[in-house]
Amino acid sequence: MSDDIAKGTTRRGFLSATAAAGGALVAAGAAGAATPDPLIMEKQPWATGLGDGVDAVPYGMPIKFESHVVRRNVSWLTADVISSINFTPIHALDGTITPQGCAFERHHSGAIELSKDDYRLMINGLVETPLVFTYADLERFPRVTHTYFCECAANTGMEWAGSQLNGSQFTHGMIHNMEYTGVTLRTLLQEAGVKPEGKWVFVEGSDASSNGRSIPIEKALNDCLIAFKANGEALRKEHGYPVRLVVPGWEGNMWVKWLRRIEVGDAPWEQREETSKYTDTMADGTSRKWTWVMDAKSVITAPSPQVPITHGPGPVVITGLAWSGRGAIKRVDVTVDGGKTWHEARLASPGQPMALTRFYFDHVWDGTEMLLQSRAIDETGYVQPTKAQLREVRGVNSVYHNNCIQTWWVKASGEAENVEIS
Amino acid sequence: MSKFRDLVIGTAIASSLLVTPALAEKLGLGRPALPEEVAAWDHDVRPDGLGLPEGSGDVLTGEEVFSEKCAVCHGEFAEGVDNWPKLAGGIGTLDHDDPLKTVGSYWPHLTTAWDYIHRSMPFGNAQSLTPDEVYAIVAYILYSNDLVDEDFVLTRENLATFELPNAGGFFVDDRDTVELPKFSVEPCMTNCKETVEITMRAAVLDVTPFDATDDAAAPAAEPAPAVAAADPELIAAGKKVFKKCASCHKVGEGAKNGTGPLLNGIVGRATASVKGFKYSKAMADAGAGGLVWTEEALAAYLADPKGYLPKNKMSFAGLKKDEERKAVIAYLATFGG
Ligand code: HEC
Ligand code: HEC
Repeated sequence: MSDDIAKGTTRRGFLSATAAAGGALVAAGAAGAATPDPLIMEKQPWATGLGDGVDAVPYGMPIKFESHVVRRNVSWLTADVISSINFTPIHALDGTITPQGCAFERHHSGAIELSKDDYRLMINGLVETPLVFTYADLERFPRVTHTYFCECAANTGMEWAGSQLNGSQFTHGMIHNMEYTGVTLRTLLQEAGVKPEGKWVFVEGSDASSNGRSIPIEKALNDCLIAFKANGEALRKEHGYPVRLVVPGWEGNMWVKWLRRIEVGDAPWEQREETSKYTDTMADGTSRKWTWVMDAKSVITAPSPQVPITHGPGPVVITGLAWSGRGAIKRVDVTVDGGKTWHEARLASPGQPMALTRFYFDHVWDGTEMLLQSRAIDETGYVQPTKAQLREVRGVNSVYHNNCIQTWWVKASGEAENVEIS
Repeated sequence: MSKFRDLVIGTAIASSLLVTPALAEKLGLGRPALPEEVAAWDHDVRPDGLGLPEGSGDVLTGEEVFSEKCAVCHGEFAEGVDNWPKLAGGIGTLDHDDPLKTVGSYWPHLTTAWDYIHRSMPFGNAQSLTPDEVYAIVAYILYSNDLVDEDFVLTRENLATFELPNAGGFFVDDRDTVELPKFSVEPCMTNCKETVEITMRAAVLDVTPFDATDDAAAPAAEPAPAVAAADPELIAAGKKVFKKCASCHKVGEGAKNGTGPLLNGIVGRATASVKGFKYSKAMADAGAGGLVWTEEALAAYLADPKGYLPKNKMSFAGLKKDEERKAVIAYLATFGG
């Protein structure tokens, strides 16, 4: 197994990886090769024998060499693994789409197994006709496809009081970005007929936690989706199969999985998930509620503590992700000197509203230590704040909605650490 | 940058129109929900009390039910066991570092506690409480928070008007006025600061899981093949099933008692025989009466923990599937005493 684990995911692995790279450095680059490379000189088994047939793997998993690119959890965070969270390996992914199989999971009573046949969706409350839909009914409504990020409000939450976790997977991995296909919530609400007094909708899941949330009717009628496909295929069980709610740009807890009921009402419900949890306590002890929209944010995914630089000085791709719940990312700036000088990064493609944007900063590293940061700017002109700016307004107890600028200290060895700077 | 903002409002509306396909009229899909179906699913309770059913419960009854169904995780006094949520205490700590947020110290509405407990607790056996039990439990949680006396009775009539200490502690998101103007400023690009110091390092705390698998049940990773004829596939399946138990029970070398007793050597072990674990009276009595955890007894207990041994304190709904019970027992059998 240890062969398959990428060098660099553990500290011990890192040291052996740098040692190996040090050796390779001599042979590589402008200096030229002293001896011919056996990988080129010798006939390899994969070049002479045969590979797998087309019936070997009806549904594929990543090749074994990538088996370290997986969701991970932090056991001390929660009492058990059923009501818990794991993290997307964003440090090892590129592009913008998150494969479902490694996209973070947060469950409040475990991922349930619910078949399409057993699925029912009810709309009740202040509507002309309370309705029940089967899964097959949903597939007959006009369909849409959109890509959105889903970020847990607690993403980066462990970092409020100080730098804690070493790795972009752990500091920023409660996020994923998928292309959803489904029906708009508006379409279903129109089918039931919302009464004029209807100002809020209540949404709940089929699982034991039910995870009830209140959503203002304006948002419900604007862009929410009742999704049944993600990245082209059925939702995975852990993402709410067969049907989940998509609430673009708003905190992940509202994206109710295994959605079973939508109720229209004239006031919010103030459920546990919108009072006890997902409210932001300020330094003076009062708390913000209804902090639904996710502020603009970015992070350098690599290099970072799990992805040290192992090749020594020279060209290095600094890359990361940026997103905003208020619209599209317009610009991302990167600094390598802790914010003395900033450079505009290259966006892989123009930012899409409420979806992840990939950025690259092509850098030639001189081998001295770097303090890496990225800073996102969205189409409203909002600039991702520093930790100090956020703490000034909110203190350090708000748990949720930490969108501060993240710092990685890349040492001369290429190793990186999560730090805070002045 | 402020001209950006005006532009955005324009594009937001334009793009939102595209989000929904234009629908002239209803499609006639789905069917009307029957009133009894709505009643079966619509249990939500609002702060104004809308949705609360008839019923009532007192502190002392609540204490009994809580002790039996909630205390394994939340503690006899709702103070929380290990990492499980604390439901009592913390009043006056909200402006401290690490405030303790509980039903008593933080929650704005008591209706929320009624709603949540009724729909989602006990963890692993949700929707099993009667309305009267929920009223009683909520009364007991108030008592545990020193908010009512021992003779308090909670009813449908007095619940919604009961004022919790932090009822006035919340305000609606004001980021648009407080934060956006501060943060929406064209940022500095060059010569932004003279010096930069590292002020805090994650290595100081070093809490990151570096192991390939950060599995709470790590000691169970390599079961010793104690049973010769054991079916490896069944054992592997059992290891998976055991994840449902692992939050409370540990097995393997170095395993200790947790919320539940350690389970090494459980197959063939006398009931309630682990030293240092505080069993319920029901479980201790069964052990004193000679009950032994044979495979059959385990299968029956795990199928229906409360039915098999009434009043035992394992808050676990049971394993419904025969294969799951067989598998987990086969897995447990690989751990000697
Ligand atoms: C097996 C352990 C377990 C048992 C037994 C249990 N709970 Fe819980 N309880 C939990 C967990 C885990 C959570 C948090 C769930 C989540 O993260 O969504 C929780 C959350 C709660 C909360 C919300 C806490 C907060 O601050 O938001 C309340 C209230 C509660 N439980 C009451 C009860 C009551 C009453 C009972 C008994 C009828 C009970 N619980 C039984 C594990 C348990
Ligand atoms: C929510 C916590 C919890 C979960 C989950 C749980 N248990 Fe338990 N279990 C307990 C507690 C607490 C006791 C002690 C009961 C008592 O004293 O009444 C117990 C007792 C037992 C006993 C009797 C032990 C003895 O020493 O006599 C067995 C066997 C057992 N559990 C097996 C399991 C298995 C197998 C699973 C998973 C399929 C499981 N339990 C899930 C909490 C739990």
